[in-house]
Amino acid sequence: MTNEALQSLISTWIPELEFTEEKSQFLNITVQPEQLHQLMTQLKSNSETNFDYLFCLSGVDWGKELGVVYHLESTTHRHQLVVKVKTEDRENPTFDSVWTIWRTAEFHEREVFDFFGILFNNHPNLKRLFLTEDWDGFPLRKDYVDEINMIIK
Amino acid sequence: MDTTTIKNNFRSEEYQINMGPQHPATHGVLRLLLTIDGEIIKRVEPDLGYIHRSIEKMCERDSYQQIVHLTDRMDYLSSHINNEAVCLTVENALQLEIPERVKVIRTIIGELTRIASHTLWWGVMGMDVGALTTYFYGFRDRELINDIFEETCGARLTMNYNIPGGLMFDIHPNFVKRTKEFIAHFKTKLPEYDLLLTGNIIFQKRMEGIGILSKEDAISFGASGPVGRASGYSCDVRKHHSYSAYDKVTFNEVLKTEGDTFARYQVRILEMWESLSIIEQLIDNIPEGEFFAKTNTVIKLTEGEYYQKVETARGELGVYIVSTGTKNPYRMKFRSPGFSNLSLLNHIAVGGKIGDLVATMATLDLVIPDIDR
Repeated sequence: MTNEALQSLISTWIPELEFTEEKSQFLNITVQPEQLHQLMTQLKSNSETNFDYLFCLSGVDWGKELGVVYHLESTTHRHQLVVKVKTEDRENPTFDSVWTIWRTAEFHEREVFDFFGILFNNHPNLKRLFLTEDWDGFPLRKDYVDEINMIIK
Repeated sequence: MDTTTIKNNFRSEEYQINMGPQHPATHGVLRLLLTIDGEIIKRVEPDLGYIHRSIEKMCERDSYQQIVHLTDRMDYLSSHINNEAVCLTVENALQLEIPERVKVIRTIIGELTRIASHTLWWGVMGMDVGALTTYFYGFRDRELINDIFEETCGARLTMNYNIPGGLMFDIHPNFVKRTKEFIAHFKTKLPEYDLLLTGNIIFQKRMEGIGILSKEDAISFGASGPVGRASGYSCDVRKHHSYSAYDKVTFNEVLKTEGDTFARYQVRILEMWESLSIIEQLIDNIPEGEFFAKTNTVIKLTEGEYYQKVETARGELGVYIVSTGTKNPYRMKFRSPGFSNLSLLNHIAVGGKIGDLVATMATLDLVIPDIDR
């Protein structure tokens, strides 16, 4: 499916989605946190889109907002798509977990929680993955400070 | 405990045991927390982070040339391919025209790297299941590849041969000759691998039918590389998202459908034959010309997001760069193949014995620094 066809199909599901192809080689969708799980379920289960392969799940700190970027691919149609979800709540950023849709998300979401402090609803085992349980703060956030181990230019 | 059962007057109960972080079969500092009942595995929970170096955070501080050097230290057995992934991302972002010579040399060295990685894997995998001889056979052949690398770029393992724009130096005058010698040598040695291990009935009995991964699960768990292909999942990045000179060569994507430990073993062995064939197609046709394209000393990527995937010896490595237009990336993410492949270990090991787990882990071919980035 071409990006245009994907966009016209997906926009019929949820009207409030933002689409853009600027500054990226993929079609990007920004979704509201409340609609994330619904969109992801449909992207996977709809036979025309069939995004069955979540090949990258990254946390990003955009400064004001925290968010998660999902890179999706369909192994049958071979089209690719990026879904972004953002929140301005830096104290308690929470999104729905997608681990029931793609099992690989279980580990990747733990990694995002470990480094960004983003919480995932309904995650089966949300705890630190790389860092120790008593680690203070979330190192990949832009406002993280570690005076001993970091050199601030 | 509700799982407690009474069998033949002996009480059986679940208990937890550590495998690692210094267990020889974990190939590095990985700790597996096993929940077992007798010798039956009930749950495998990996504990990571023993050698986490926060490469992604360091990248946010470094220039793009410096980042290339860090990526060697992720999957050190595919160091050239890791470097290539970062260079390709930066080159695509700069829309740089890369000389054909560079593409061909990168592909040849990438395939040599794959063979070196697979021979090492074959050696240590044999040792994991008790066949000590394989270790010496594997390392004997890998040394020859490392010698070729050393002559061309001065390093044997963490090569740093790629730079954004091309290669650091031109190939050594002996490169073509020695590579051809290696191909001739390895073609006589690879059948020995089959004689020694593949056809061995004890080995086959050990490997067959354990650690079975279905195709649907392979896709869902994000398996890639030989792990995915042994389950019949066509996931070769070289085929589906071709890069460098892979569009100029013909090769088969090795696929098996059994999805068990022995299938993963066979995929890697057959992949070495394919790699040899790729090198043979290219080694006599290295185009003349420059070995790099000029870039600015300070590389700044236009604001935006860039993604590039490559096929390392372990599977799909993804490089995701978010740039704000400065000389450092704003966010850099490495999607490492080992991380996703490890995540499915619990799924395929449950119900097996501890001995099966060792064999299963050996064919997942985990490199821990690749997981603990």
